[in-house]
Amino acid sequence: MITGQQTIVVSTICRLVAPFAQIFGLYVIMHGHSSPGGGFQGGVILASSFMLLAVGDGIEEMRQRFSSLAVTVLSSAGVLLYAGIGVVCLLLGANYLDYGILPGPDPRSLGMLGIEIGVGITVTAAVVSIFHDLMTFE
Amino acid sequence: MLDFAIGNFNNVTYVVLMMIGFYAMTGKRNLVKKLVGMNIFQWSIILFIVSLSTKRGATIPIILGSHDHGEAPVINAFQYVNPLPQVLMLTAIVVGLATTGVALALLLQIYKRYGTLEEDELLEKIQTSG
Amino acid sequence: MTGLTGLLLIFGSLGMPATGDPQSPAARHVSPRYIEQSFEETAVPNMVTSVLADYRGFDTLGEVTVIFTGALAVLLILRTGREDDENENS
Repeated sequence: MITGQQTIVVSTICRLVAPFAQIFGLYVIMHGHSSPGGGFQGGVILASSFMLLAVGDGIEEMRQRFSSLAVTVLSSAGVLLYAGIGVVCLLLGANYLDYGILPGPDPRSLGMLGIEIGVGITVTAAVVSIFHDLMTFE
Repeated sequence: MLDFAIGNFNNVTYVVLMMIGFYAMTGKRNLVKKLVGMNIFQWSIILFIVSLSTKRGATIPIILGSHDHGEAPVINAFQYVNPLPQVLMLTAIVVGLATTGVALALLLQIYKRYGTLEEDELLEKIQTSG
Repeated sequence: MTGLTGLLLIFGSLGMPATGDPQSPAARHVSPRYIEQSFEETAVPNMVTSVLADYRGFDTLGEVTVIFTGALAVLLILRTGREDDENENS
């Protein structure tokens, strides 16, 4: 069903809308501090922009733009970023995931930003990986 | 009876949704319909617990007036909706996504191996093929 | 059976506090502390994000591990080679 290219209207519209969806997903991740949003929500929006490419142009297009190696590396990198911030707080002398010890003007806000970025990256890569595996099984 | 339903409109709606999901999980024989029933059941529980966090006359849990660079805003506990159930249900939503993904993968493998997705035909094929 | 369960659940939900009550037990013990002191301790206006990533940050670490394991499980289920079954049949 999603293996070939659709009609030209569907394909063009999906290719036009996908960058705007990506920018919106990044906006939702970064503005998790002052508006509803955060890591999980923005990650799923960003993954759905790749799914738009798969619906409009075929699953091979999506695989070319978001390769299998990138999916594996990014999903592990998000968890590593999250746990790494916790270990950095541990090395600087406080408890695990205690952001008060980080340097800067608003340390807890900076720690939260890093954590949300890590969560967003992992959720994006995981959802795209699940979608690709379910679609290319015969 | 009807004014009881209107008085407790909140709880009755979520119980009706829950029972729709429960009937689909236990009363249908196709595996995909059971999976959809499980999903409906899960979402009805998530919505029910999020609805426990409302307060009369309160606003969403984002602090108003926090961008005026001046004095700190005055915060009262009854002005803002309780954020705690919403936070816990965020985790539950993501767990539901992972569960549905794994269940769909299992369904694909079952179909490839046995050729059917009906429960009674599956039981016969599993018993005859050892 | 479904109707019986539904009636039992509605009967059980009669003992719950009224919706929208600011004095219900869900809104009394630790929730006012989160609401009132979340902006002084962390400089983040969104209370949901500050509870999710700062006060309960360890649960969110477990959450990210769950989604990572889910993607890994789908990959393991759907990518085992089936060449051994074909060799046995031929």
